[in-house]
Amino acid sequence: MIVLAVAVEKQLGTFMLAARFEAAGGATALFGPSGAGKTTVVNVIAGLLTPDRGSIALDDTVLFDAAAGINVPPHRRRIGYVFQEGRLFPHLSVRQNLDYGRRMSGRPHDVKEFERIATMLDIGRLLDRRPRLLSGGERQRVAIGRALLMHPRLLLFDEPLASLDAGHKREILPYLVRLRDEAGVPMVYVSHTAAEVRRIATDVVRLDDGRVVACGGLDLLNGIDAETFG
Amino acid sequence: MLDLSPAEWTAVELSLRIALVATAFALPFGIAVGWLLARKQFWGKTLLDGLVYLPLVLPPVVTGYLLLISFGRKGPIGAFLADHFGIVLSFRWTGAALSCGVMGFPLMVRPIRLALEAIDRRLEDAAGTLGASPLLVFLTVTLPLALPGVIAGAVLCFARALGEFGATITFVSNIPGETQTISAAIYTFLQIPGGEAAAGRLVLVALAIALAALIASEWFARRAGMRFQGE
Repeated sequence: MIVLAVAVEKQLGTFMLAARFEAAGGATALFGPSGAGKTTVVNVIAGLLTPDRGSIALDDTVLFDAAAGINVPPHRRRIGYVFQEGRLFPHLSVRQNLDYGRRMSGRPHDVKEFERIATMLDIGRLLDRRPRLLSGGERQRVAIGRALLMHPRLLLFDEPLASLDAGHKREILPYLVRLRDEAGVPMVYVSHTAAEVRRIATDVVRLDDGRVVACGGLDLLNGIDAETFG
Repeated sequence: MLDLSPAEWTAVELSLRIALVATAFALPFGIAVGWLLARKQFWGKTLLDGLVYLPLVLPPVVTGYLLLISFGRKGPIGAFLADHFGIVLSFRWTGAALSCGVMGFPLMVRPIRLALEAIDRRLEDAAGTLGASPLLVFLTVTLPLALPGVIAGAVLCFARALGEFGATITFVSNIPGETQTISAAIYTFLQIPGGEAAAGRLVLVALAIALAALIASEWFARRAGMRFQGE
């Protein structure tokens, strides 16, 4: 079943993005070299960038349709976004960061769900700390928890491991696999590392120079070394 | 040692009240203008930028005179306020608060604007994806992150308001018990023979208040800064 349908064009200086793809449930990797437009695509899906032309639909909701003049603002899209650099709020504790999405939507506090996700990501003992005191890996786990706890309809990951060293990468990967299998939220995962995509993704969309060059399963990665785009 | 006469106490109390009211009323405008200048591109931005900083470079007497002809009872804004809301500013302590607020405004806007410009906008994007409307993003992310700048701006405005002399005396005159602040009282005492002792006492009070304000601002700024560092 198609969950996400993207067909957009966006001119950014001399760079032209013209991407068209569909994603089912599970984890869809946006895979390609740096500068292929992967981050631009997820920013467009999140609503942080407005395309020049085209449309975006999530489940049965149209998020963007240039022709019909529809453009749902980011805060009404309910799309969780885990950024490359985490982007935790420095003035809030870990607990307040995790709770931010729920507070903004005015939903009642769900202690059980909070504890379930904190346990799943192993961040229970970090709750009263400030983001500045966390390691890179801890920071990304909190960022994942924060995105999960807002009850997203879709989760976007923009190279969440890129800023981590090898040890911390190995630390986070199992959590992402667990998330894919247990959270029941479709994921779009940006990466330029084939090894990472093999671990996490169920489908692959290959991007190059602003265009989708291939869509399919993990076999699209056959013949690509682990670090081809590293 | 500091045996202030009732008249001197009145001047001290009046100075504090005028400076506090001036700062409190200027603050929302200071945040709004600081935000406009830091974040928005619009027609007339250079003009607004210049207008905000004008009281800093104009002779205070000129600012006071401009306030007098616009906010005085016969001035266009003053007449409007008096006719429609019964608000009279000329020769009242509220008028002194207005002139002090205007004089302190540029000093307030600058640190607020710089603090807003220094904020990582990507944090605001993140808050948006988490479901916060633009207003909530401002209240829960932008403003708390800019808090050290807001505090610095408020303290500078308060200090300027406390010491304001030229614009205030031109706009609302020097009426004991109504518009005579510490500065005006010191000036008055120095004009009369034998007034040095009273002037000296008020100088000490002015020193004490200025020191207290500086220490308080330092404490607030450190507390606000600490919130980003951790425990």
